Amino acid sequence: MTKDRIDRRFAALAAEGRAAFVAYMVAGDPGLEISQAILEGLPAAGADLIEVGFPFSDPMAEGPSIQLGSQRALKAGMTLQGTLDMVAAFRAKDQDTPIILMGYLNPVLNRGFDRFAADAAAAGVDGLIVVDCPPEESDPLADALDANGVALIRLATPTTDDKRLPAVMRRTSGFIYYVSVAGVTGVKEADAGAVAQPVQRLRAASGLPVAVGFGIRTPERAAEVARVADAAVVGSALVDEIAGALEAGTNENVTERVLSKASALAKAVRSARVRDA
Amino acid sequence: MNAPAKPNDWSAHPDERGRFGDFGGRYVPETLMPLVLELGQAYAAAKADPAYQAELTAFHKDYTGRPSPLYLAERLTEHFGGARIWFKRDELNHTGSHKINNALGQILLAMRMGKTRIIAETGAGQHGVATATVCARFGLPCVVYMGALDVERQKPNVFRMNLLGAEVRPVTSGTGTLKDAMNEAMRDWVTNVADTYYLIGTAAGPHPYPAMVRDFQSVIGTEARAQILEAEGRLPDALVACIGGGSNAIGLFHPFLADESVRLIGVEAAGHGIETGMHAASLTGGRPGVLHGNKTYLLQDDDGQIIDAHSISAGLDYPGIGPEHSFLHESGRAQYLSATDDEALAAFKLCAELEGIIPALEPAHALARVGDLARDLGKDGIIVMNMCGRGDKDIFTVAEALGRKL
Repeated sequence: MTKDRIDRRFAALAAEGRAAFVAYMVAGDPGLEISQAILEGLPAAGADLIEVGFPFSDPMAEGPSIQLGSQRALKAGMTLQGTLDMVAAFRAKDQDTPIILMGYLNPVLNRGFDRFAADAAAAGVDGLIVVDCPPEESDPLADALDANGVALIRLATPTTDDKRLPAVMRRTSGFIYYVSVAGVTGVKEADAGAVAQPVQRLRAASGLPVAVGFGIRTPERAAEVARVADAAVVGSALVDEIAGALEAGTNENVTERVLSKASALAKAVRSARVRDA
Repeated sequence: MNAPAKPNDWSAHPDERGRFGDFGGRYVPETLMPLVLELGQAYAAAKADPAYQAELTAFHKDYTGRPSPLYLAERLTEHFGGARIWFKRDELNHTGSHKINNALGQILLAMRMGKTRIIAETGAGQHGVATATVCARFGLPCVVYMGALDVERQKPNVFRMNLLGAEVRPVTSGTGTLKDAMNEAMRDWVTNVADTYYLIGTAAGPHPYPAMVRDFQSVIGTEARAQILEAEGRLPDALVACIGGGSNAIGLFHPFLADESVRLIGVEAAGHGIETGMHAASLTGGRPGVLHGNKTYLLQDDDGQIIDAHSISAGLDYPGIGPEHSFLHESGRAQYLSATDDEALAAFKLCAELEGIIPALEPAHALARVGDLARDLGKDGIIVMNMCGRGDKDIFTVAEALGRKL
């Protein structure tokens, strides 16, 4: 049932003829209350889908921004259970915006795949992205998610060649996440021109919408990506707003800064509409 | 006279998915998967190529200084009053530890693969020094990631790496120790996929690293097996080695896996004591999880967050362990004990005073368990302990622990 929320959202956006703006946040960053406020404010700020990162102590594919965000969240006491609680509270108020959890395998494995999948579905989670669980290792997790109607969303990268593509596509649902640069999050800039061709290739191979992320920091870049992809994902640039606010000592308007950045990005994505309805 | 080794049932591990039973695997981001698969193929080809093996053997002979001696520690034997204690002296290798065995094997492979830039992680700095050494020898640029805390603790090795032309990058993310250095090396690899070879220092990480590093370190056990048969006319009763990631231990153990009469004993670092929670004993005090590309025993909290390891020995200060050890632990083929900081320090002093060998703090942990074992086995027993590194690097740490000013 929950997978449907992702499908419905992408179908509605396709009907509007525009791409989705996907906002990423680290659950619990910089504190539990502010983080909940950010999550609940994102749909009104224009986020069509939300990726909620559950923090991990050793996030090996993240650049400095999300590493620091994860550390702030862990320090504030965030856990995988805490992340599920945040989503459940959000879901009580918003039944339409898809929520994708994103993170690393160990906390999920630690909880047990079946228990995690059941709890995630009950909390209103629609999909899961696990950075360090490639297709070769993900069957047990996919079984548990399938049984609970939670989408397993796989990452495809510039190094995913034609030989690997079928393995990456197998058991993927909801959408495909194209990592547009070989690198960690938020460091290299995505080249929108170089993204168009792989997006088409992935769309053709999967029949699923293709989201592009890792390296979109500005509204201009988000708009460029939104012209060729089905969704533009922004993470580090939003997390940086938290760091910036904390640095400026303005703890009270962290939420406003993040949401205003999200609005600007959402506006850019919405105005980039190029595809026909 | 020497019985041929039994067919080795244990050599079937890992399977083609890199599994040692339930452990191992390839838990890496998609960006790295094609690279890890390519490395697996390249290593399989090299392993089967006599020219590659001959080149490695030649460098080991004239550059590393292999074979390393097997030495009867007579005064320690007398001191404990039990089994005869033999040291496999890999501390005499060029660069002062067993790490060169692996660094040499991997850099020859990297060059075969056409890679032009080497990265590595290091804790105590022994693997960093070994990697910097082979990079200097073969003229490849080398970047070593080292936790900022370890850079501070191990200044002589940082300088050594610099002298060898390597760039040491202090890692401040996370807690600034070995696990964070490994995260940072992974981040470098994911960013520089075309030209970079990641030279992992222990028998851990995504497949094929655990099997490949084990193979390179198995030169230790292969030599020791022949040497002890020559010296004693029979196999030893027990092998003892310290365990951080576990590369020196698996290198000693592996050629003896089929010799079921030989007890295999790994010694983990118990830091301030297992009960204090301040230790690095992943098998004794951890449980299975996934980190750094493999499924294995890890120190972790209730939420699955990795807990910092604690040990006086920077080389054992890692919250995980190579997956083959997790497998040998669960299958019962090997036994894993632990030794505290204080026990290791006492063994360190004893070895220096009785044998004229200053051991690294890592094998001092192994030695700390040898006494009890020697007494249990009695005078007819034979023990081979891996003296995997020398203690020059540790004199400042030991002086501080003993309250002495240098």
